[in-house]
Amino acid sequence: MSLLEAVVGLGDDALVLGQRLSEWCGKSPWLEEDLAMANTALDFLGRARLLYGYAERLGGCDEDAYAFQRDARAFTNLQIYELPCADFASACVRQFLVDAFDALHLEGLSASADAELAGIAAKARKEALYHRRRSAAWLVRLGDGTAESRRRMQQALEELWGYHGELFAPVAAEARLVAAGVLPDRAALRPPWLEAVTAALGEATLELPAAGWEADGGRQGLHTEHLAPMLAEMQHLHRSHPGARW
Amino acid sequence: MPLFEVFVRPRRGLQHQHAGSLRAQDAELALQYAREIYTRRREGVSLWVVRSSDITASQEEDAPAFFDPADSKPYRDATFYELPSEVKGL
Amino acid sequence: MAEAADDLRNAQERFEERIGLDERVEPKDWMPDGYRRTLIRQISQHAHSEVIGMQPEGGWITRAPSLKRKLILLAKVQDEGGHALYLYGAAETLGASREEMIDALQAGRAKYSSIFNYPALTWADIGAIGWLVDSAAIVNQIPLQRCSYGPYARAMVRICKEESFHQRQGYDIMLTLARGTAEQKAMAQDALNRWWWPTLMMFGPPDEDSIHNSRSFAWKIKRHGNDELRQKFIDQAVPQAEVLGLTIPDPDLAWDDASGHYRIGPIDWDEFQRVVAGDGPCNRQRLAHHRRVREEGAWVREAVEAHAAKARARGEPARVDMAAR
Repeated sequence: MSLLEAVVGLGDDALVLGQRLSEWCGKSPWLEEDLAMANTALDFLGRARLLYGYAERLGGCDEDAYAFQRDARAFTNLQIYELPCADFASACVRQFLVDAFDALHLEGLSASADAELAGIAAKARKEALYHRRRSAAWLVRLGDGTAESRRRMQQALEELWGYHGELFAPVAAEARLVAAGVLPDRAALRPPWLEAVTAALGEATLELPAAGWEADGGRQGLHTEHLAPMLAEMQHLHRSHPGARW
Repeated sequence: MPLFEVFVRPRRGLQHQHAGSLRAQDAELALQYAREIYTRRREGVSLWVVRSSDITASQEEDAPAFFDPADSKPYRDATFYELPSEVKGL
Repeated sequence: MAEAADDLRNAQERFEERIGLDERVEPKDWMPDGYRRTLIRQISQHAHSEVIGMQPEGGWITRAPSLKRKLILLAKVQDEGGHALYLYGAAETLGASREEMIDALQAGRAKYSSIFNYPALTWADIGAIGWLVDSAAIVNQIPLQRCSYGPYARAMVRICKEESFHQRQGYDIMLTLARGTAEQKAMAQDALNRWWWPTLMMFGPPDEDSIHNSRSFAWKIKRHGNDELRQKFIDQAVPQAEVLGLTIPDPDLAWDDASGHYRIGPIDWDEFQRVVAGDGPCNRQRLAHHRRVREEGAWVREAVEAHAAKARARGEPARVDMAAR
């Protein structure tokens, strides 16, 4: 994996999650939450632009070519980011799982041997700490709320759990960049992540799901069936007018 | 959900000022929503949220008794005192 | 009893005096019931317009044609939610609860701006909404910054400040389309064709037909007539359309030297009445969406209340501080 490919993969993570979060605009349980959700979406979309911008400077294409002109097989985001959320519980659980990862991952990345990547990560980490505070509080509120909310949260957790492993499973091609200190070793983040998540789930009166099937393949462009329809919606207008400026 | 009043400190060196209100179930959520709603454009560096029901406010009918008596104490103002024009530094 | 009557008379005089002196009326002040009711109606209608207005544009966030446009549109629609919150907050100072106001909206007792009952069919509609609808809203809102009711006036100051970016981003979209491919230009013209007349209707019926006007003027809630504000909008929009190279869909549109204003053809007020009465293209869809979102959020509302009650019972502070983690 080249540095360029690594940067695009991180950009894809941010874009795909930002797009999923933006789907919530106007659909949150109440207005204040709608604004909060939109701010989170803006943070991830903004991060995607920073990463794609860097990719372009590394010899890649421009941000809109990355976002709008590639098919699902060319996207290299991890699968947990692309999943649609059936309800607010599912959105909260996914956000908590990835925010807890993000806070650790970006801490490592902000010490990257690549100064530009380190700079982007340092900025994103501030956002991630706020996101984690927000999603951890939601986890507790809804986990330890009503029987109904607990049921929904536990169900979302069971459904999403199989996708967390990919966060900590570096692909073989990453090894060189990890060895060079450009990327943090994601595998090493698993124990602290699991510890933090276990503690938060305990406070939320939710049960840690049993280990089982784990997704993989996102970084190689292998995705769930959910990504292509999401991209079809996102890319349709842009692709309908080849070469047009917007 | 309870109503909260939001106070924002616009910059270091200035006091918190009332910005508006919002609804939230708990203080943590209120604080986060205050951040999302009232500081989207870098309007602040510090936030307070207070349950609206915890504020005790003077009423309009209190105003004459509360505030008018201050009108009759002009000696609290520097302009009350006439000084000879040659006196400086006061 | 006599004393109470005197108090009321004094309060009423003080209120009139304040209005006369252009002082602001504040929440704790005595105010006539009609003044309170008029404000609640107007402010909640305004808040509902912001909320319902999120729908036509919100539907395009996931489809925006570039990342830059996606961010701008999301930030803009989010602002509209924020504006609704400022306005609901202002109305709540008058003793109306947000729940009651939303009930009234969903029951059809409260209105929102008729413009949002038109569909956003193409990307150019996002441009047209920003340029025309937001410009019209700003023309309406600028005088409201001096409205006699303090919390409403203050909310409007904040809203007007934030909205200046809304109309500019809309015009920027139109400009890009108008200077783009032939297809893009046609898209822009089509959007202007569909949004022009509904935007003119946003200012409300001609002054002689408007039922709420006279008292609102006396109370300094309203300071300009519908026709005057509409004219102001037309006079600024026509030259803007010329810069775009787009044609305003009104064969009667002409500059009138004598008055120094543009003259327009007749507005179809029957269409306006139909849309206001609930029979616009999207009235049902907009309210159904609003109801569905509220219903889907019901379990979340119940959960946060239950959680807060548990925390209280355990004697925990309401604050859940995750910063230490």
